[in-house]
Amino acid sequence: MFLIHCPYCGEREQSEFKAGGEAHIVRPKQPTELSDDQWAEYLFMRKNIKGVQFERWVHTHGCRKWFNMVRDTSNDEIKAIYKMGEKPPTKYK
Amino acid sequence: MKNKYSIISLIKNSFSYHENWQKAWGNPEPKKEYDIIIVGGGGHGLATAYYLAKKHNIKNVAVIEKGWIGGGNTGRNTTIIRSNYLWDASAGLYDHALKIWEKLSQELNYNVMFSQRGVMNLAHNLQDVRDLKRRTHANRLNGIDAVYLNTEQVKKFCPIINTSPDIRYPVLGGTLQRRAGTARHDAVAWGYARGADEMGVDIIQNCEVKGIKRSGESVDGVETTKGFIKTKKIGVVAAGHSSVIANMAGLKLPLESKPLQALVSEPVKPIIDTVVMSNAVHAYVSQSDKGELVIGAGTDDYVSYSQKGSHEIVEGTLNAILELYPIFSRMRMLRQWGGIVDICPDASPIVSKTPIKGLYFNCGWGTGGFKATPGSGDLFAHTIANDEPHKLNAAFNLNRFVSGDLVDEHGAAAVAH
Repeated sequence: MFLIHCPYCGEREQSEFKAGGEAHIVRPKQPTELSDDQWAEYLFMRKNIKGVQFERWVHTHGCRKWFNMVRDTSNDEIKAIYKMGEKPPTKYK
Repeated sequence: MKNKYSIISLIKNSFSYHENWQKAWGNPEPKKEYDIIIVGGGGHGLATAYYLAKKHNIKNVAVIEKGWIGGGNTGRNTTIIRSNYLWDASAGLYDHALKIWEKLSQELNYNVMFSQRGVMNLAHNLQDVRDLKRRTHANRLNGIDAVYLNTEQVKKFCPIINTSPDIRYPVLGGTLQRRAGTARHDAVAWGYARGADEMGVDIIQNCEVKGIKRSGESVDGVETTKGFIKTKKIGVVAAGHSSVIANMAGLKLPLESKPLQALVSEPVKPIIDTVVMSNAVHAYVSQSDKGELVIGAGTDDYVSYSQKGSHEIVEGTLNAILELYPIFSRMRMLRQWGGIVDICPDASPIVSKTPIKGLYFNCGWGTGGFKATPGSGDLFAHTIANDEPHKLNAAFNLNRFVSGDLVDEHGAAAVAH
């Protein structure tokens, strides 16, 4: 259990949010051109990092808006939060 | 040679105040090279090493464990064993394990305390009823014992369940697998460790894998905290940390690692002599031989390696437990813990070769790997020894995420994720 600072609503309990998995997985521009391997990569393969990871979250029981988060998965410490469409903070790359 | 455990050895050792029992396994320094290295000294990893030595006569094997054997998910699960899965592939896999469980204590000369007390899965709405009836029929077609019970039969089998129609999620029925049950989780790891050690397997604890060395498309060995160890074949059985090891080899897996929690109560007199699981309200409970209620909670929905989950997950589970078993309302909980489970998109495991020659993965067991321990070890040993999967684990290959031939077991997994 931890607190999350929603970029729209402010600090709320994690139970108000839902995790949406790894961030910055770009939807294929031309889905019809994709091979089976590329589909598998897009749909299923995940970095699943132990350490600093970029993720999507949604404030389900609040504003229902999506945003991005940089979080250390080894201790659940949140490093940064930024809105959808914004550039990810470079210092964690 | 290991001395045989028996009533006679127990009496004999009582004369020396139980201070001269033979060591069950050694504490060797790693050799320079092994035929096969197993990464991960949990139940699955130790079982793999045991069957490599026993069935395939490959004894120059090391099991490398970051912490102590059986200290990960093997020592953190709720010890439930069953095989009532929906699809043919899963039925084959899990029932293979259950058949080994039935003879395991004798085979290992180690009491794994396998207790076939039955596992009951409850239905709380019309869809549950349909799903569970379908699964019962599928099980019976696959030769797995399964019966469907109505509400009165559920109450008769486990009298402390609240079957009143007035509760929020009333009990509409359930399935029962009588051959299912529980076992002592630590004993499984220890029994396999003792058996593997006897046949010459090196069990190396407190040794963390730091890297996987490759030359071209095949593996060369592992970098560890105790130095480099050369090998041509690596079997990774690292549960929640599978992706971490895969990333070392430049491989990506379709896994997400999440915290799964469990808790036990103070010990009480025998009150529940079976295992009752409920997928819809997410509560499952059994009673250990010490008398503690063993309660399984759900997973958090975010990736975490922290081995601790959210409080509201535990709260939700206990709400459901109290509604189903009002008799437990004044029980006090003694301990609560988390383990990191590696979850596949189709809630089925991966026991497979990889695109890298000599690198094998046994992972993705998610929330329900304990039940499969002996079968998983047996089939993974076969896969590594022959460089080809056994027919029982052929469907659980890594390539199914490319071919689309998934084995969707979200319904039978019994932990919602």
